[in-house]
Amino acid sequence: MTDVLIVGAGQAGMQIAVSLRDNGFDGRIELVGEEPHGPYQRPPLSKAFLHGAADIESLELRSPSFYVDNKIVMVSDEKVITIDLSGERGLAVTDTGREIHFDRLALATGSTPRRLPIEGVDLDGVLYLRGIADAVDLKNRWEAAASVVVIGGGFIGLEVAAGARMDGKQVTVLEAADRLIARAVSPETSEFYRAAHERRGTSVRLDAKISRIVGDGSKVTGVELEGGEVVPADIVMVGIGVIARGELAEQLGLETVNGAIVVNEFAETSNPRVIAAGDAVLLPHPLGGEAQVRLESVQNAVDQAKTAAKTLSGVREPYRAVPWFWSDQGDLKLQIAGLSTGYDQTVVRGTPDDESFSVLYYRAGRLIAIDSVNAVSDYMAVRKALGSGSTIPAELAHNLETPLKTLVVE
Amino acid sequence: MPKVTYIQPDGVETTLDARDGDSVMETAVKNGVRGIVAECGGACACATCHVFVDDAFAATVGEPGDLEDDMLDGAASDRQPTSRLSCQIKMNADLDGLVVRIAPEQV
Repeated sequence: MTDVLIVGAGQAGMQIAVSLRDNGFDGRIELVGEEPHGPYQRPPLSKAFLHGAADIESLELRSPSFYVDNKIVMVSDEKVITIDLSGERGLAVTDTGREIHFDRLALATGSTPRRLPIEGVDLDGVLYLRGIADAVDLKNRWEAAASVVVIGGGFIGLEVAAGARMDGKQVTVLEAADRLIARAVSPETSEFYRAAHERRGTSVRLDAKISRIVGDGSKVTGVELEGGEVVPADIVMVGIGVIARGELAEQLGLETVNGAIVVNEFAETSNPRVIAAGDAVLLPHPLGGEAQVRLESVQNAVDQAKTAAKTLSGVREPYRAVPWFWSDQGDLKLQIAGLSTGYDQTVVRGTPDDESFSVLYYRAGRLIAIDSVNAVSDYMAVRKALGSGSTIPAELAHNLETPLKTLVVE
Repeated sequence: MPKVTYIQPDGVETTLDARDGDSVMETAVKNGVRGIVAECGGACACATCHVFVDDAFAATVGEPGDLEDDMLDGAASDRQPTSRLSCQIKMNADLDGLVVRIAPEQV
């Protein structure tokens, strides 16, 4: 019998536990998470949850009885502090002093919001958004807030900005780079989002240089830009990316890069007794090649966790998946399939100003990714094509008269 | 509570009590019904909760919306006349006894 300890009870940690049981694994499984909730969906926290369309119970990934029925020991509100792998069996100690003995270890420690290193970040009303506690805090302040400043024009920030604008608030997005979502999408998609948010009444300030956050007493009142202009704010939401939580991995001497736990295509860390999955890892590109990537998405958490569970069950099957992602910003539905990193050509299909279009990404003439905005058919066609190793000729892709799925070739 | 029955591609059936207002997808996932993946958690973004609605309930359940319709066109299993994404079907008293067959391929 093998006992598995899974540290981190997010989407990846839960999926490792579930998939182990699906695979017929009959050892003990303990899943330990530091939040006071069982595993839950994070994506709605910046969307439906904020507007009351989802309550905490509806966010649960599994019902409490599911863990009991499947003999998964689910422990909330407890944090693993130290892990020792020097003995024949591993030993973890939690913040309550409890000791957990195990044979195999799974790290699904996730990520944490990058903190803004400027004056004023400790003022009341400067918020980050990662977990339920953050979302509840934001929601409690939501109604009374007339003005919201979002620092960081990435997915989280833009989702919150869209919701705030729909609720009639004065909204300003401050982005340090010269375009929005610069790390994930092409300049064409970035420009579309800038214009679309502006059309809805949000002020988008690119190349923004923030000097400090200002307040009245302990309460935030605005964000001061270089030059002295103050953008008023009842709430300042900071969404400037996340940092992998590799503290335990580093403690164990596992290979990490900037905190991200390096794994191979079987989700094994540099110590084969330890597997890792989800936001916290740096993994080989899931469609092959030399590149190592970090993927902060539900899809990756789920699919990589399944690979990790197979490895733990003694089945060696490399991780292969088409990465995909979505971001709902008000009535704008962005869907991304594939990874566009390293593209050398883009084809725009449709007219961005119509708020329904796609950008297809190519490298050396082959399709590698798509961003679709309110263009679900395009997205589905490309997701399927990438999954079967197919492509769509770049010179034909722009023609809206022809559905993309009819253009798929080997 | 309205009941919903899931039939696996291999014929295995599971019947569950649904919370009023929960979707057919949520009810399945929270109770660990295999074959309903639902990676996007109900945002109509992934098409991995594809079911075929039993003919007797097809009219009550109704047709997919435009967005769902496009998603179904690209679903991993070919769509059938009563195909729906189960995240978009909310359970209520009218759907008590609903039967859905789970599409064989989801991703």
